[in-house]
Amino acid sequence: MDAKTIAPDQKALKVVGTRPVRPDGAPKVTGLARYGADFSLPGMLWGDILRSPHAHARIRSIDTSKARALPGVKAVITAADFPEQKYEFVGPERVAINYWHMTRNVMAREKVLYEGHAVAAVAAVSRAVAAAALRLIAVDYEVLPHVIDVDAAMAPDAPLLFEDMITRGIEPAPDKPSNISKRVELNLGDIEAGFAAADEIVEMNFKTAPVHQGYIEPHACLARFDSGGQGELWSASQGHFVVRAYTAQLLGMNIGDVLVHPAEIGGGFGGKTVIYVEPVAAALSRKSGHPVKIMMSREDVFKATGPTSGSSMTVRIGVKKDGKIVAADGLFKFQAGAFPGSPVMNATMCGFAPYNIANVRSVGYDVVSNRPKSAAYRAPGSPISAFAVESTMDAVAVRIGMDPLKFRLANASRTGTPTAWGPKHAHEGYAETLQALLDHPAYQAPLAKNQGRGVASGFWFNNGGESCATVHVNEDGTVVVATGSMDIGGSRASMAIMAAETLGIAYDRVRAIVADTASIGYTHVTGGSRVTFATGMAVVEACRKVTAELCARAAMIWKVDREDAVWEDGCARHVDKNDKGKSTGKFEPLSLKAIAAKRAVTGGPIVAEAAVNAGGAAPGFASELCEVEVDPETGSVKVLRFIVAQDVGRAIHPSYVEGQLQGGVVQGIGWALNEEYIYDDAGRLLNAGFLDYRIPVASDLPMIETIMVEVPNPNHPFGVKGAGEVNIVPTMAAVANAINHAIGRRLTELPMSPPKVLAALDSGAKG
Amino acid sequence: MAKHHISATLNGNAVEYLCETQQTLLEVLRDELHLTGTKEGCGTGDCGACSVTVDARLVCSCLVLAVEAQGKSIQTIEGMAAGEHLHPLQRKFLEHAALQCGVCTPGILIAARSLLERNPDPTEEEVRFWLAGNLCRCTGYNKIVDAVLDAAREMRGN
Amino acid sequence: MNEIRYEAPTRLEDAVALLAGANGVAKVLAGGTDLLIQMRGGRVAPALLVDIKGIPELTAIVAENGGFRFGAALSCMELIENAEFAAAWPGLTDAVKLIGSVQVKGRASVGGNLCNASPAADSVPALIAAGAVASIAGPGGRREARVEDVATGPGKTSLARGEIVTSFFLPRRPPRSGDAYLRFTPRTEMDIAVVGAGINLTLDEKGVCSQARVSLGAVAERALLVPEAAAALLGSKIDAPALARLGAAASAACRPIDDKRGTREFRIKIAAVLARRAAAIAADRAGRKN
Repeated sequence: MDAKTIAPDQKALKVVGTRPVRPDGAPKVTGLARYGADFSLPGMLWGDILRSPHAHARIRSIDTSKARALPGVKAVITAADFPEQKYEFVGPERVAINYWHMTRNVMAREKVLYEGHAVAAVAAVSRAVAAAALRLIAVDYEVLPHVIDVDAAMAPDAPLLFEDMITRGIEPAPDKPSNISKRVELNLGDIEAGFAAADEIVEMNFKTAPVHQGYIEPHACLARFDSGGQGELWSASQGHFVVRAYTAQLLGMNIGDVLVHPAEIGGGFGGKTVIYVEPVAAALSRKSGHPVKIMMSREDVFKATGPTSGSSMTVRIGVKKDGKIVAADGLFKFQAGAFPGSPVMNATMCGFAPYNIANVRSVGYDVVSNRPKSAAYRAPGSPISAFAVESTMDAVAVRIGMDPLKFRLANASRTGTPTAWGPKHAHEGYAETLQALLDHPAYQAPLAKNQGRGVASGFWFNNGGESCATVHVNEDGTVVVATGSMDIGGSRASMAIMAAETLGIAYDRVRAIVADTASIGYTHVTGGSRVTFATGMAVVEACRKVTAELCARAAMIWKVDREDAVWEDGCARHVDKNDKGKSTGKFEPLSLKAIAAKRAVTGGPIVAEAAVNAGGAAPGFASELCEVEVDPETGSVKVLRFIVAQDVGRAIHPSYVEGQLQGGVVQGIGWALNEEYIYDDAGRLLNAGFLDYRIPVASDLPMIETIMVEVPNPNHPFGVKGAGEVNIVPTMAAVANAINHAIGRRLTELPMSPPKVLAALDSGAKG
Repeated sequence: MAKHHISATLNGNAVEYLCETQQTLLEVLRDELHLTGTKEGCGTGDCGACSVTVDARLVCSCLVLAVEAQGKSIQTIEGMAAGEHLHPLQRKFLEHAALQCGVCTPGILIAARSLLERNPDPTEEEVRFWLAGNLCRCTGYNKIVDAVLDAAREMRGN
Repeated sequence: MNEIRYEAPTRLEDAVALLAGANGVAKVLAGGTDLLIQMRGGRVAPALLVDIKGIPELTAIVAENGGFRFGAALSCMELIENAEFAAAWPGLTDAVKLIGSVQVKGRASVGGNLCNASPAADSVPALIAAGAVASIAGPGGRREARVEDVATGPGKTSLARGEIVTSFFLPRRPPRSGDAYLRFTPRTEMDIAVVGAGINLTLDEKGVCSQARVSLGAVAERALLVPEAAAALLGSKIDAPALARLGAAASAACRPIDDKRGTREFRIKIAAVLARRAAAIAADRAGRKN
């Protein structure tokens, strides 16, 4: 069912925009909230997974006999325990999946394609027995040469991960296989003519290392699958319907026979929209006849779940002396990891999207290499291309002597600006974020020696999609709102706020829950900045059905025509439909509580469900300002100040929206300065832990200042624009530009760790 | 080899458990005593999600063997509230939206309480450095620091 | 199955006997913040753990002959909370403060930091610069060793089987003395030192350096005592030329490796920078008049 276009509510809002305590708050601060690893069942077994020590190898054989014979071991599985899947890309091109790849990522078949690739699993009576059983599984590997870096993987003599991989997206198709899974190209206008007309052209090359989402909670689940062909999962994921679909597919089960309970989730950022342990635990549970719990270790999280792509990029921008950008050309080569599916297409679309440029070309390569399959990470692809584009933009501004914010403003996309992938921009908001920074007193404040200020902008589509919501009126007039959206960051509070606002009742009369897959209709993942937008839409629609029903009940109680009852400020009121709907004063308004008390005699329970396939999502725009101080003797970079201005449409719960902005920026700061995957010569990960995979700690950071620009989205009842992701998009470039202005050197490789900064200082690589 | 029989005090109550030598206090708290509020984020003392206090000393429970808790007094997140009354830190975390996914929250609350017991009037910098051992990936630490400073203010009676 | 014996003796001689007489690998358990990680990672599989935290001598801190003696198993937090010690040895205290998080310091000990023998251990350069002496007990009786002679390489010490470091002695400080420890890490906390520099010096009444000890960490297979670097300071007023000589000597003494935490070149450069900066702080603490 398509979502209707709903006009934005013009009246003063009572609950939207306030900051009440979230409904799941008390359990989370008292240790009672239950995350994926916190569930147990009687007779539960512990599952553990054997992983490849090699980056690339053929599996000659797997001998599990000794493991099976170990006392306390109740099941051992390999890929043989999963049905084969058809080789087929399904779903929209940007986010296509292929179950043939997915089942092999969950458990390797012909080859292992990265260190940490799962090859077998056991279920045993204790963690210690499970670990001992793994040591008894003998895998005969034929070690093969490996390749990890994206440029190396594209080289003609690179070791091939798939001997039959022919690049899609090239006409005519290549006659030799390679590691290039796909090529995409976007075109707008005529870039040759554009560059020919340019007064200045800047071209730069960039490289970024893979980074991990870094959620503090490792993947974990509990599975109870019986021989009767049904099963339950308690799983920490960003989408229990997706977990259900993938698990059912990989086990060859009907979707309806798998029930997934939404556990609380300890961070995801995109990395938990895919599955690793659930099908394994389900298969072990089915085989052993007992519930099976699996918790990934932190080391396995780094080695065997999906960091985002490392990349190699070239950006070229041509501009007139007056600041008008006349041509932009981007080449983006992304690591997909062991199986195809990097976010390179997103990157090609988002990179130049903030700007009105008549001539654009954007080419992307999706390249497989021997590291874990990439998974989504907060606006997947866009932060990477933005690093390249926004750094180049800064260099262009310097070249023509123009203020970097004014340069962007002069070229800012607005409603009607064409995009490189086809549709025209349909929303304002970007220019407002730039203006917010221009107007900020910090922008003109003087800086000291070795300090620098940098700015950058970014774009993210934001998604709509499928969501369901059910609203029940309880006997005492309180309300339960159930949705299918896992709550990562406080969305239950936003759902309760939107419901309370629509129903006209107090926030604490509404309880928002996340229902399991059997209790509510299909709801897509908590990701893509879609929950407040799309699930919020479903909630509002369901609440409007409830208010319509409440009016019908009131009309019944008053014995008047249905059209003579309207819902306003939490009550049914009697109006005269023949007199422009004016209030008659004939009956006392009936509150939700009063009508609920009479529900049995007016028709029974008051319930409504809404299902949406939300269109009309407005994109996210953010502009950011970073100030750093560089220690010229060590290359150490300290972030002194950071301001993020983002168009959020409308902040339903401002504290949680601020939290998204601050959190995304800090992830971006880590990505900019310290985070990277470091491999040895054998393709083994050297820093598979939080000690040497360095995410920001509290003492690394200043307070992150947020400016929430509100240009409401007319397609959402409260004007919501997705807010969760775009805040990470500009951050690395903002930091790079700040460093450039501090030391007069431009760094084009991430992370910009101290040795690189020091080397740049010593080499004189000017920006 | 027989398991160790350990008697300790947990959140003010006497507790007993059996454990093998290599089992950590974290494992025993979660798997034997079924107190899952203390989380495993890394198992190697790098993230602080497993923070508890042992004899009032802030530690990572993944780096304490369960057998070492003999005769000691352990405090976990489950003991932080007084019945139905949340500790000011717990309240302020909720008021300030200082948690998003909440998985780091128990460890940070335990760590913050330990700080305020020693230093009732910390500066922002002191709060940040004390909490450096507690990783948070969701919040960027902003609202956490705000909440700790606000709780400290309330606890001082300002 | 990996069954590990655990003993918690309260007398030093019992601990020594257990370690000396063990079948298979026996490990001292103090704070456990290195050992438990190594056990979890499968790098060490002890048959016996000897928990020494119950031995009073090993967790005490006392004034002795105008100096300080603190137990090798004393937790870092207890050491840095000792106001007298921190006032006497601010540099060593700074170093101990840098060992991991507050949680790690709540358990970790200086004895463990030394005997785990990571070349990057933070307390060690400061201990060496301070001229600290380790007391050792073993099957052959008691002995002493300068701290710089204890670690011999990554994960290796000069301790014989059954020997335990029991305490550290920091001598009485002459007037106008100051120490400092600086380390380089990518983040502000929670990292292993890429380079560590510990400096301890004494100035005479005219502000001229009369004694100095310089120690570098994470730039060789173990922390180094660098007499040439100290020589650069002696007889000087810790002025810019002296600091430049100090830096050059520090860089020259480095024999670092490339690893995931830093390259050779970077470490050699940073050693000079940190040595200069640590010397300036130590001189300030020594109360030099500018």
